[in-house]
Amino acid sequence: MTLKTTLSLGLAAGLMVGGAAQAQTEIEFWHAMGGQLGETVNQLVADFNASQSDYVLTPVFKGTYEETLTAAIAAFRAGEQPNIVQVFDAGAATVIGAQGATIPVQQLLSENGVEFDIEDYIAGVRYFYADSDGQMIGMPFNSSTPILYYNADALEAAGVEPPATWEEFAEVTGPALLESGIAPLAQSHLPWIFTENFFSRHNLQFASNNNGYDGTDTEIMVNHPAIRAHFQALADWQEAGLFNWYGTGWGDNQNPFEAGEVAMWLGSSGSFGGIADRVEFNFSATMLPYWESVTTEPTQTFIGGAALFAMSGFDAEENAATAAFFDYLDSVDAQVMWHTETGYVPITTAAYAAAGEQGHYEEFPAAEVGIQQLSLPAGDYTRGYRMGFYVQIRDVMNREYSRILTGEATVEEAFEIIEAEANDLLERFAQTQG
Amino acid sequence: MKRAAFGHIGFPILLLLPQLVIIAIFFYWPAAYAVQSSFYAQDMFGFTSTFVGAENYTRLIDSTNYLNALNFTVIFTVLVTFFSLGIALLLAVKADKVIRGAKTYRTLLMWVYAIAPPVAGLIGVMLFDQSRGNITQLLAFFGYEYRLGVNYWDTATAMITVSVWKQIPVNFIFFLSGLQAIPQSVREAAMIDNRSGTSRFWDITFPLLAPTGFFLLIINITYSLFDTFGIIDTIVKGEPGNNPLTLVYRVYVDGFRGGDLGGSSAQSVVLMVLVLILTIVQFRFLERRIHYT
Repeated sequence: MTLKTTLSLGLAAGLMVGGAAQAQTEIEFWHAMGGQLGETVNQLVADFNASQSDYVLTPVFKGTYEETLTAAIAAFRAGEQPNIVQVFDAGAATVIGAQGATIPVQQLLSENGVEFDIEDYIAGVRYFYADSDGQMIGMPFNSSTPILYYNADALEAAGVEPPATWEEFAEVTGPALLESGIAPLAQSHLPWIFTENFFSRHNLQFASNNNGYDGTDTEIMVNHPAIRAHFQALADWQEAGLFNWYGTGWGDNQNPFEAGEVAMWLGSSGSFGGIADRVEFNFSATMLPYWESVTTEPTQTFIGGAALFAMSGFDAEENAATAAFFDYLDSVDAQVMWHTETGYVPITTAAYAAAGEQGHYEEFPAAEVGIQQLSLPAGDYTRGYRMGFYVQIRDVMNREYSRILTGEATVEEAFEIIEAEANDLLERFAQTQG
Repeated sequence: MKRAAFGHIGFPILLLLPQLVIIAIFFYWPAAYAVQSSFYAQDMFGFTSTFVGAENYTRLIDSTNYLNALNFTVIFTVLVTFFSLGIALLLAVKADKVIRGAKTYRTLLMWVYAIAPPVAGLIGVMLFDQSRGNITQLLAFFGYEYRLGVNYWDTATAMITVSVWKQIPVNFIFFLSGLQAIPQSVREAAMIDNRSGTSRFWDITFPLLAPTGFFLLIINITYSLFDTFGIIDTIVKGEPGNNPLTLVYRVYVDGFRGGDLGGSSAQSVVLMVLVLILTIVQFRFLERRIHYT
């Protein structure tokens, strides 16, 4: 072989490698999953990259949910946005309201030849990140719903079963646990569990305009007799020692449960994996209790957590790459892996069935509770809610609920303030939407 | 004053230009932008922007919540400044008198300076933690149920304590070098005139320390207003609830977390004006009473 042919062969090989590299479309994915969850996200992305050779996806950890959203918006304004961004429940209205910032996932998938049928998704997952016509805008990703965890050992010692209703808790479970020497109940995230999902569980209207889905001139309807009675009950239970409140921090309330100081804790179905790793007692979970005095047919809750949005401003090839990742994410294998590793619910019925076939729920019955609760009958007001400036509205709720539970305000005063301030914020949000 | 020895106006301006450009880009431009956006309601993505006049400001005045934050900021700033200056001065005076092992004392007292604010905040949170905190347990021993994040003033106490603790070393270093700059002859003369250590301190040492003190006062007020952000953030963990907030933290909560760009801009303009007034007052009235040697 002459030097010339060696060179040209080498050059040709180089060109081929270069050509192959060019054919791969690179896209970016900004997320807010730190620690163990972040590693699982990296695994998911690595599996996707290995599953095909056309696209390379790079995951980037951007901090908390709020930081990720702010970073993505700032990047969008500078024309440097990522292809995919993870947005949490309370930020959904901001992103969905900004039309043209994202490509609706349903549209993206069908444009790229991926089959999409909203009926494939678990009932409580379908509409939270959808528009008023029921078109899915964001791809549900880490989806969770509030459930009741309980310390099985403590309940057995007190001779009680986990409560199905709040009446049962107040009359039977709570007093028996208190009698046996353990604090009965704590919960994390009052706005999410005891407000948003309280309304859904009892099929009550949370906001005008079909819970806010049908427009931005929405008014919140939080000042409802049922929830006022609930918070009055909480305050009374706190007085009687049946309920403990440790502040607005999520962990502040979860830690006493894990330490065995509190027998029951209301948290996220996504907390399952972490609890299983940390506690030494036997624990299980059951559905979110409801008030029999409000409804005898409790309805489903909806998902919290976050969804993935495809940002606009990219060429067809990059959008195809995003669609391919979403398609992969919906696959049974990816969903089962994500569900069993993290405790977040699988978003499709097929993945739920597959996890069941693998015996996951025989081993961990508590892991199924969230999915069962999301699959309960729907009502008129159970698909979720859509309100702008909702992060601030949650802050107002947290502040006023704190004031109720520290005795600084009565239930009536607090709910009047929440309604007034929330409506003021909603009005301002409508202004920003032009 | 003698005129500067420049024959032409162009050359000094050229020399100043890099600094002026930096100030313009990093201060005037964003400040002007904040003033502008405080008159608009804008969606986060920047698609629409509606002129609302002074509405963002009138809403602030009407908001009891904002006035509460203003109120707390004043209390917080006064207490943090007073205690961090007072304790540092006391430590500096005492350390100045130490003869044996002076270096060790000073090093130990300066160490805390190396701790970053969020780390200081984290240490504070650990000490004040509701169930495991050492200070919480100590107070429980004396029969006080301390509840960080639940009780408004308990949370405020933690914020103030950690902020003071973090700032003492800086003040200490300045006070100590200020003390050591007082000539030995002055001290000896004072010793002859007055036997009482306390009145010697107030009559001689303190006035001589005044320039250092004045400088530190401004630094500490700025610190309390702005640099305590990390500590507050660590303590409230991004979920303010009913916990006390300072004005700066509220700008962040409403603007970055909440997405209300107009309202948050109005708040930062108010803050800018407050700091401006404060600075003018300090230099106009307080500095006149200080004698530089």
